Amino acid sequence: MTYVANTTADQQAMLEAIGVEAVETLFNVVPEAARFPRLNLPRPLSEMEALAELARMAEANVDAHHYLWFLGAGAYNHFVPSVVPQLQMRSEFYTAYTPYQPEASQGTLQAIFEYQSMLAELTGMAVVNASHYDGATALAEAAIMSVNAARGNRPKILVSPNVHPQYREVMRTYLQGTPFTVTGDENPAHDLDALKEMLDEKTACLIVQSPNFFGELEAVDRLAEAVHAAGALFIMHIDPISLGLFKPPSHYGADIVTGEGQSLGNNLNFGGPYLGIFATTQKLIRKMPGRVVGQTTDTNGRRGYVLTLSTREQHIRREKATSNICTNQGLVALGAAIYLAAMGKQGLRRVAELCYHKAHYTAAEIDKLNGYAVINQRPFFKEFVVRCPKPALKIAQQLNQQKILPGYVLSRRFPDRPHDLLVCVTEMNSKAQIDRLVTALSEAA
Amino acid sequence: MWQAPEPLLFEMSSPGRTAFSLPELDVPETPLPPALIRDEVNLPEISELELVRHYLRLSQKNFSIDSHFYPLGSCTMKYNPKVNEAAAAMAGFARTHPFQPETMVQGNLELMYRLQEALKEISGFAGISLQPAAGAHGEFAGVLMMRAYHLARGDTGRTKMLIPDSAHGTNPASVAMSGFQAVEIPSDERGNVDLEALKAVCDHTVVGLMLTNPNTLGLFEEQISEVIDTIHACGGLVYGDGANLNALMGVARPGGLGFDVMHFNLHKTFTTPHGGGGPGSGPVGVNQKLLAFLPGPIVGREGEAYQFVMPPKSIGRLKAFHGNFGMLIRALTYIMMMGEAGLREVTFNAVLNANYLKARLEKLYPVKYNRPCMHEFVAAGNIAEGVHTMDIAKRLIDYGFHPPTVYFPLIVHEALMIEPTETESKETLDAFVDALVKIAEEARENPDLLHTAPHHTPVTRLDEVNAARKPVLCYRG
Repeated sequence: MTYVANTTADQQAMLEAIGVEAVETLFNVVPEAARFPRLNLPRPLSEMEALAELARMAEANVDAHHYLWFLGAGAYNHFVPSVVPQLQMRSEFYTAYTPYQPEASQGTLQAIFEYQSMLAELTGMAVVNASHYDGATALAEAAIMSVNAARGNRPKILVSPNVHPQYREVMRTYLQGTPFTVTGDENPAHDLDALKEMLDEKTACLIVQSPNFFGELEAVDRLAEAVHAAGALFIMHIDPISLGLFKPPSHYGADIVTGEGQSLGNNLNFGGPYLGIFATTQKLIRKMPGRVVGQTTDTNGRRGYVLTLSTREQHIRREKATSNICTNQGLVALGAAIYLAAMGKQGLRRVAELCYHKAHYTAAEIDKLNGYAVINQRPFFKEFVVRCPKPALKIAQQLNQQKILPGYVLSRRFPDRPHDLLVCVTEMNSKAQIDRLVTALSEAA
Repeated sequence: MWQAPEPLLFEMSSPGRTAFSLPELDVPETPLPPALIRDEVNLPEISELELVRHYLRLSQKNFSIDSHFYPLGSCTMKYNPKVNEAAAAMAGFARTHPFQPETMVQGNLELMYRLQEALKEISGFAGISLQPAAGAHGEFAGVLMMRAYHLARGDTGRTKMLIPDSAHGTNPASVAMSGFQAVEIPSDERGNVDLEALKAVCDHTVVGLMLTNPNTLGLFEEQISEVIDTIHACGGLVYGDGANLNALMGVARPGGLGFDVMHFNLHKTFTTPHGGGGPGSGPVGVNQKLLAFLPGPIVGREGEAYQFVMPPKSIGRLKAFHGNFGMLIRALTYIMMMGEAGLREVTFNAVLNANYLKARLEKLYPVKYNRPCMHEFVAAGNIAEGVHTMDIAKRLIDYGFHPPTVYFPLIVHEALMIEPTETESKETLDAFVDALVKIAEEARENPDLLHTAPHHTPVTRLDEVNAARKPVLCYRG
């Protein structure tokens, strides 16, 4: 099976039109010693055999439909309404390319324009781009945008230690060839006051995640004032679902907002593809990396949509571009738009409320157990940290036997926190499931 | 079919309409922290049927591979097999979490391992990281690895990356992001890297060369071995832009040709759909020299067990978690069904189709370089007085064809870059030729028909200048 349509007769006719005897001749330019190598690949499978083999691999996994799921830490088990994948997988959407020819791509363009519009509403920001690879890469590019906005005169990027640890790693990967440094997160005890102290004339930005990696809403009220007084930009990384209920980053004076959009109608997918949300203010629009769709009119005065502001982009500006991003996560952004439209004004708030109340009920019940304590100091949304009576890894392994994934074992990343478990509760968790978790934790103590 | 202007979701909204269905709250309520709570979010309020119709109508305003021939050069718009989607949708894949203990996701790890092995075999490289999320992301990884390699040897004076003038814009942009300076190398009169110009700039300050081969003119570098040897002789490394791998499967292995590192575009060569702009997937392959620097984690195997391992001198993590896993499933599905002979047949037919189109079109649409092309070729669209490539492109839309890539590569005046791919039939190619022949006639006899094209789309030519000058980037009610 090759999906090749040409028959032997077609090939013969085509070779005659070209004026060569055999297809192989077309490759004479390839150095002879390297030409037509043997590829040691398994024998080709029929569709039936391939699907059976893939199903065997899929079934070798544990998945979120067969376990009680309280594992989050940056990837969330939220409900995906059936309408989302059904529409997203219209093949006119998923088998199209980047909409470089706008007259033949109005569907994709309007859908992205609507994504930008709904995300602008949700974040309160003036502009949203057409997406980054994921939340981590969006945040790294926000940091780069902040140093570029300061024309390189401010090489210091301040980041809270409560930002997702992998996001902080990605930021450092991105910046390794530049003179810019990431700091502020060396000490896990650094709170926002400590970070404020570190602001100076070399600081390009301060980066805060809220709710942070440990589930808490950060005390960002008036923080932007201090950041702006130091001449830096305030970058907030958000959970879009939390914005159904909580004040948007624009309320706190954020200059750049990034987020992980996986929660918006996308499966867990073992970590990808996800959706990097990226928003900013009117003032910074021409410093923003990535694609953006704009509204315009056609020769008959009808409304239409095009990719715009492309003079910031790599295909025009080459080495002077704001970023090298080309292919992004267009289809996932489309899914997020369909999700937000399906949930609408009332539904998104309902999801956020369900997460909030269920998480708080769970936390309260666990906190009552002998030996367990919820240690969050600040209001939280859907995740919280439980200090366990013995190593969290042991407890998690015991609960795995009962088909429960009780959360993220923090010692995997923070070796000095062996007893801490990051528990995540979403609208997917029923009271019965929560009560089973609480009972199992009690028994495992 | 006439298509009415489609209102925006916000314009369809009516207070009280909903399309969601969620369970009742089954636990006691906890008071909300009032200072942190926002007023309502003004998202659209729409019924599910209206929502479905909205997106169905939008979808019908798109050209796509499943609806139209889409010969967009350098993008490899081949058919995306449906089996790929069936595989990626399996709950055992789609509903797994990146932080599950490795023992609970052995199937995912096996899949990644097998894809790593297959890509090694196809490309001739020693190691693969599946982490990059797109081609440009893979390029960035490649340049960072080249940087790390030189630094690890204490070779700190290298600052210049050489890039042919025909290269994709992502190449110089990736170089700038890595802190290096991009230096442009001209092409010679046969469309190759100019070897003399290359030799003239090669010294101890060269990080390496970023080379697309076959290049964006659709031509295989005739002196590929000399080019690579020249770079290696000055201590530099050679990066391969894998965007055009569809022309090489089973024909030549970049690792075997002497490239040190390359990214793959799974969304081009290995049939994972482009999604209207993504998600893609841009794994990187490296030879022994760069093995230790791969971004990670990558998947290793010990006996029957698979685990994530971080290469010893890794440049680090390029995104959260493990790469665009959903795309990896689709790519492996494709490779499993192709096998060696299938992949070679794909390349043979991709190159055959391109040469056939070239042979039939070059009298009307001049092709600058007179030698066999690989899977694409670059013609010129300024075929009559006052007619430009953009006019040809827009008129093709009227005939039901997505236009080729236009005005790229930058070194060909009025470029029209055509890549048919292997999945198109001779009939489709002939119909495309017929349309272009007709358009050439129109260009001479009634050029206005071209200047005002397209005529049968939901919108006519759009004002891009004003869109950039006064940007309207979201709905303002």
